[in-house]
Amino acid sequence: MRVTFTVNGRPQEADDVWEGESLLYVLRERLGLPGSKNACEQGECGSCTVRLDGVPVCSCLVAAGQAEGREIVTVEGLAEHARERARAAAPRTSDTTGASDPSGSGPGASGTAGTPLDAARAWRAHGADPHTGDGTELAPVQQAFIDAGAVQCGFCTPGLLVAADEMLERNPNPSDADIREALSGNLCRCTGYEKIMDAVRLAAARQGEAV
Amino acid sequence: MPAIGAPTRITQGSRTRGGIGESTLRPDGTLKVTGEFAYSSDMWHEDMLWGHILRSTVAHAEIVSLDTSEALAQPGVYAVLTYDDLPTEVRNYGLEIQDTPVLANGKVRHHGEPVALVAADHPETARRAAARIRVEYRELPVITDESSATAPDAVLVHENRDDHHFAHVPHPNILHRQPIVRGDADAAAARADVIVRGEYTFGMQDQAFLGPESGLAVPEEDGGVHLYIATQWLHSDLRQIAPVLGLPEDKVRMTLAGVGGAFGGREDLSMQIHACLLALRTGKPVKIVYNRFESFFGHVHRHPARLSYEHGATRDGRLTHVRCRIVLDGGAYASASPAVVGNASSLSVGPYVVEDVDIEALALYSNNPPCGAMRGFGAVQACFAYEAQMDKVAAQLGMDPVEFRRINAMEQGTLLPTGQAVDSPAPVAELLRRVKAMPLPPERQWESSEGADVRQLPGGLSNTTHGEGVVRGIGYAVGIKNVGFSEGFDDYSTAKVRLEVVGGRPVAIVHTAMAEVGQGGVTVHAQIARTELGVTQVTIHPADTQVGSAGSTSASRQTYVTGGAVKNACELVREKVLEIGRRKFGTHHPAWATAELLLEGGKVVTDGGEVLGTLADVLEDEGVEIEAEWRHRPTQPFDLRTGQGNGHVQYSFAAHRAVVEVDTELGLVKVVELACAQDVGKALNPLSVVGQIQGGTTQGLGIAVMEEIIVDPKTAKVRNPSFTDYLIPTILDTPTIPVDVLELADDHAPYGLRGIGEAPTLSSTPAVLAAIRNATGLELNRTPVRPEHLTGTA
Repeated sequence: MRVTFTVNGRPQEADDVWEGESLLYVLRERLGLPGSKNACEQGECGSCTVRLDGVPVCSCLVAAGQAEGREIVTVEGLAEHARERARAAAPRTSDTTGASDPSGSGPGASGTAGTPLDAARAWRAHGADPHTGDGTELAPVQQAFIDAGAVQCGFCTPGLLVAADEMLERNPNPSDADIREALSGNLCRCTGYEKIMDAVRLAAARQGEAV
Repeated sequence: MPAIGAPTRITQGSRTRGGIGESTLRPDGTLKVTGEFAYSSDMWHEDMLWGHILRSTVAHAEIVSLDTSEALAQPGVYAVLTYDDLPTEVRNYGLEIQDTPVLANGKVRHHGEPVALVAADHPETARRAAARIRVEYRELPVITDESSATAPDAVLVHENRDDHHFAHVPHPNILHRQPIVRGDADAAAARADVIVRGEYTFGMQDQAFLGPESGLAVPEEDGGVHLYIATQWLHSDLRQIAPVLGLPEDKVRMTLAGVGGAFGGREDLSMQIHACLLALRTGKPVKIVYNRFESFFGHVHRHPARLSYEHGATRDGRLTHVRCRIVLDGGAYASASPAVVGNASSLSVGPYVVEDVDIEALALYSNNPPCGAMRGFGAVQACFAYEAQMDKVAAQLGMDPVEFRRINAMEQGTLLPTGQAVDSPAPVAELLRRVKAMPLPPERQWESSEGADVRQLPGGLSNTTHGEGVVRGIGYAVGIKNVGFSEGFDDYSTAKVRLEVVGGRPVAIVHTAMAEVGQGGVTVHAQIARTELGVTQVTIHPADTQVGSAGSTSASRQTYVTGGAVKNACELVREKVLEIGRRKFGTHHPAWATAELLLEGGKVVTDGGEVLGTLADVLEDEGVEIEAEWRHRPTQPFDLRTGQGNGHVQYSFAAHRAVVEVDTELGLVKVVELACAQDVGKALNPLSVVGQIQGGTTQGLGIAVMEEIIVDPKTAKVRNPSFTDYLIPTILDTPTIPVDVLELADDHAPYGLRGIGEAPTLSSTPAVLAAIRNATGLELNRTPVRPEHLTGTA
């Protein structure tokens, strides 16, 4: 069958798709977008998380045909998605207040231990390492993952980025418990999640500064 | 307090930005956050086929018949291969003992053993074709534990063994046995005021790296093959692959593809030979990607173990002796089991002074899934048991468990049970002191102005309690892990370093075969080159077999050994650069001959800071390139009868304090905090060091409260090969992990560093268990702990 949908703002068409193929397979193997990962193909690990009409989903559990006519955002399009969002939000400053408790005094707003935000901020990159990928424009959450040391093997990273970016879109000032709840569908085996927490806090803090 | 060690001091490169000791960022970070980083499962080639492996549905059986004709007839199928299609007489492989069939030879020895291969133009076509291969099995009795392995009428997992362990084992179903006898345990036991005995069970843990086993084999015009692969050791793979293919090693080119974690699970081969065989047979590139179900069958696991311990102590809290017996289930094939036995036995008493010991560790051959390397490698199982024992002895003596450990803590100079002296700082008591001194999380931490936040309670969003029946417990543990390959293994690494000036800027290129599996070796290699060569721009060449072996990314060894090789190669390059400089400019300035010269910021400077010239002046258009092997101090095998010998290179120490809250009615555990203090010798990259400690700690948490591969004891079949049924900690299960890093130099190691990756996985598990015991008063002699163990409904 043929599947026609929008991926990262661009119309895409995949031909000769077998009905049993997942959206993940079509993205990775037919559209040359392997950024969404195949860690379990059972809907348990979140490494294949993409946004389907804005909603985070495990693309391994979405039949390719279900994506017909719909809009997908993958990790490859995250920077552009963030830029478009920022542009759309730009004319109206701070329309996010009221969406959550700005005092941050909600349950578990700051960890009782772990790495303090100031320490996380100190890891902000000062000029990119002169290496591959230098100069790539990144979404704030992507940059924060690099800066906070939230990337080790990186296999969980694309799914976590899509999920974290979506959470920050909904909840720009999350408590620690909010972050943990929002990312509980994304397994990471390397980091013990502490640096991921740091990264999301850092992205939220930078987002707050930018508003 | 007497000095227990000192930090490393650095001169060369100390003024160059981005060198060792800084938290520089990963060179592959941008690629990894944009989805551009090419993992082994992302490989793609025009005209490529998909390989699939048919695996045994039973654990132990003779293959009566195998019919591939129907599979071969499927449209889209290009090849179906079985044992009879293997091209040479070399049809087995293995890390140490070549006992693992590439494809089953008339018999399968564990559930999920590879039986046949299919190549097709779509992965589903390959899967469906494999399902049409007809295999008839005649089932054999299964060996599943020590008693079935050594029963008088036990079937042999491997008949006609001729490996080098066979001569010294008491039974053919025992792969390797290592006794360690030192002092006189009987006489020492007579001095003991208390004697504590315990029997412990350790479940089978899976590495559960997220990037599945995968790779792409591309046939080459010269009859060879190029394999893009995720592995922990390219050259070890190569040594095992080439003979099976009947190719010389130079016709099997290997390039490291992106590796999505490893943790020991990629030390053994998985689909490497299979993909190459299919590519060579079909003449087309072949990609194989396991799904998670297959991954659970596609790599070895951590050995489950039964451990029996006896500890004695005097009233004043001094250990008199330890007797122990550790039975590791190696499963159907040898993998790394003999070395795991060596670790389990030699580290079986932990980081304590014990002069009189009687120790035995062994690994079984069974029909359970093969077990081999996983982070902590034999030391993990022992630590779980000896730390439980330490708590029990302390309780018998009425002593504080941390104080009891402090009294018996190893120090620099302490002898291990093997008679080997620990000849570098061993700050065991200090790590315990530090971890105990950290502030505790507040009581009833789940309470907020809006009531209980169930997310911070046992049961979480299941909303099973708002604090009723919840009891807090605190537990401590400390462990010792060896670093590097032990027991006389020639554990070297190779590095090739080139320094050249491009467009007026000096650039260093570091080329090794080190498998970057996520640990950040590529980051520290660049840092080492910056420090040693005084340049800021460093390029890390992709890892492949065009350079000598870098050894395995395991045993916490890569920063030590391949890092050491990079440092060594850089030093040789620096000497050569200075030699060229002296030759060209020695007559211009006397300091070229008289002063200590350093490379800093792309210039040659004296140790007083005077600039003698730039690298551009010295090198002009010529680069300096050196490839060299580097070795740590040699080790010795353990004596097969007494276990004595200088078997280890270095040690790594970590201590944990766990704070748990247990819903005692439902048996649910919330780990609230898992604090760690670890000595790392020298933190080359502090950010990555903390990341390793937190990650290792979390894997220890997993085996404490959730992770276990369940093998049916009647059929030896795996019952939970999925992330639905094999649970690893999520971000909700994982607590905050405050880390206190100590840096006491090991003078034998580059920069004084210690391998750090494994130690935090040791003490994490027993600390959590101790905390749950503290909360519940239960004995809890097995791990992982499940709700039924806490509610008495097991």
